[in-house]
Amino acid sequence: MRGTKALASPLLWVGLLFAALLLRMEALRPFFHWAFPGVEPVVYDRASFPELFLAHLRLVATASLAAALVGVSLAVFVTRPAGRDFRTMVDLLAGVGQTFPPVAVLAIAVPLIGFGAWPTVVALFLYGLLPIIENAIAGLEGVPQAVREAADGMGLTPWQRLRTVELPLAAPLILAGIRVSVTIAIGTATIGSTVGALTLGTPIFDGLVANKLPFVIEGAVLVALFAILTDMLFGRLDRWLRRSMPG
Amino acid sequence: MIALDHVTKRYDGRAVVDDLSFDIPAGAFCVLLGTSGCGKSTTLRLINRLIEADAGTIRVGGEDVTQLPPEALRRRIGYAIQSTGLFPHWTVADNIATVPRLLKWPAARVGARVDELLELLRLDPAAYRGKYPHQLSGGEQQRAGVARALAADPELLLMDEPFAAVDPITRDALQGELAHIHRSTKKTVVFVTHDIDEALRLATMIAVMNDGRIAQLATPLDLLERPANAFVSDFVGRHGLGLKLLSVRKVADRLRPVGQCAGDSAEGEPLAPETSLRDALSAMTQRHTDRLPVADAEGRALGVITLSDLVR
Repeated sequence: MRGTKALASPLLWVGLLFAALLLRMEALRPFFHWAFPGVEPVVYDRASFPELFLAHLRLVATASLAAALVGVSLAVFVTRPAGRDFRTMVDLLAGVGQTFPPVAVLAIAVPLIGFGAWPTVVALFLYGLLPIIENAIAGLEGVPQAVREAADGMGLTPWQRLRTVELPLAAPLILAGIRVSVTIAIGTATIGSTVGALTLGTPIFDGLVANKLPFVIEGAVLVALFAILTDMLFGRLDRWLRRSMPG
Repeated sequence: MIALDHVTKRYDGRAVVDDLSFDIPAGAFCVLLGTSGCGKSTTLRLINRLIEADAGTIRVGGEDVTQLPPEALRRRIGYAIQSTGLFPHWTVADNIATVPRLLKWPAARVGARVDELLELLRLDPAAYRGKYPHQLSGGEQQRAGVARALAADPELLLMDEPFAAVDPITRDALQGELAHIHRSTKKTVVFVTHDIDEALRLATMIAVMNDGRIAQLATPLDLLERPANAFVSDFVGRHGLGLKLLSVRKVADRLRPVGQCAGDSAEGEPLAPETSLRDALSAMTQRHTDRLPVADAEGRALGVITLSDLVR
């Protein structure tokens, strides 16, 4: 019973497909030869796919972790009495970060910090802040007034109230913001390859430049599966969080 | 127990609590009674410093509340509110254990106390300990809220319209239990309500408030018999005044003790001495009789009460 349930999980199959393509893309060589006759090589070989994936993962993880820490901290700050006045400013800044195209951030960042991974991290960080801040503020403000008053009335310190009452109650919404942010970042990170960052976007841009469609397809499919898989994992995390915390 | 001395709180220049001075003795059940906006809830929150006073001093047990850290003060004072404010992500047991855990009680003592309180509030510990607030009815949530307020055995209990949102039958039961808890624990209670009948039933002293001031501070009986001014007599209401008077007097005040009049005896289920005369009247009407026996909790006959005793 338990075995069939695990087999029926889409997460398992998407994960297996992603791992198989990542490690054994060469196995599809006959298919690509048949579909794109005359193109050689048909499988991207300037870097290994696992190596590209790990670099991509590091970029996204660094940027998203920073965005989550800064975003949640800012949301906590502007929902405290001391930070209430900064609410409008933080909303505005996060909004600008979201509206500013990541490509433009890259263009500005490269002359300032040079080529490589860092301009991409900066761009992803700025781009990913808004959904995290907005969701965290909504989550923290969604804690019922009576619950906050009761927490104060019981004698919880402001820090205890935040840690044991407000953050746990806001957690599902905070997680939803991080989920959106990370999923967007996985797709957006590919453009980092235009400024020298190693990502799963590298085969896509190399393929476009050298007019080798198989490279483009290989990179695009892996990025898409990576994003889908991550989203599914967040879905699991969300269900676990809601189960462990009813009400 | 509580002493307010020239306490004032202003919002936007308007005094919501206006130069208020009064004492609440230890063991009293003090009801702050008034319409919405009269300053009764503000007064309550000034006591545990959820709101800070602009002027004047408040003493709890002789100590100026501003001399204590607010968290330390609040952990010594029970607090229950209308919408309960139970933490939705914690079980009933965890909610009740909030203050004992803040006070770092050992786990075994916390667990025993939680069960004791669940029983006191008539919630079966085995069934309710692990439930979450959203699985409880409104009345059960209020019981859990009151249990949480009582958890660390505070000498002082502040309650802000705790029963205003529950149905009349549940409210009646909860009032009865609160009265019982007050009688058996001798805690000082400050209770905010706009419901005159609730005030008359529970209070040992009532402070009728109007525009941030006390219109009258009196026992329930004095309030009904000798309203200090037109505002109080309007608020108390002339309609049904006789029944209200019956509701603040007890059977014990009017009963004919055993042996005093040889001919007096009565049949039927006896009344308890702390039954209100109003309930006694109701019981007589229901049972088609003009006299009822009175007995204490152990079943010892105390005497008899008759219809004419009620209106004496």
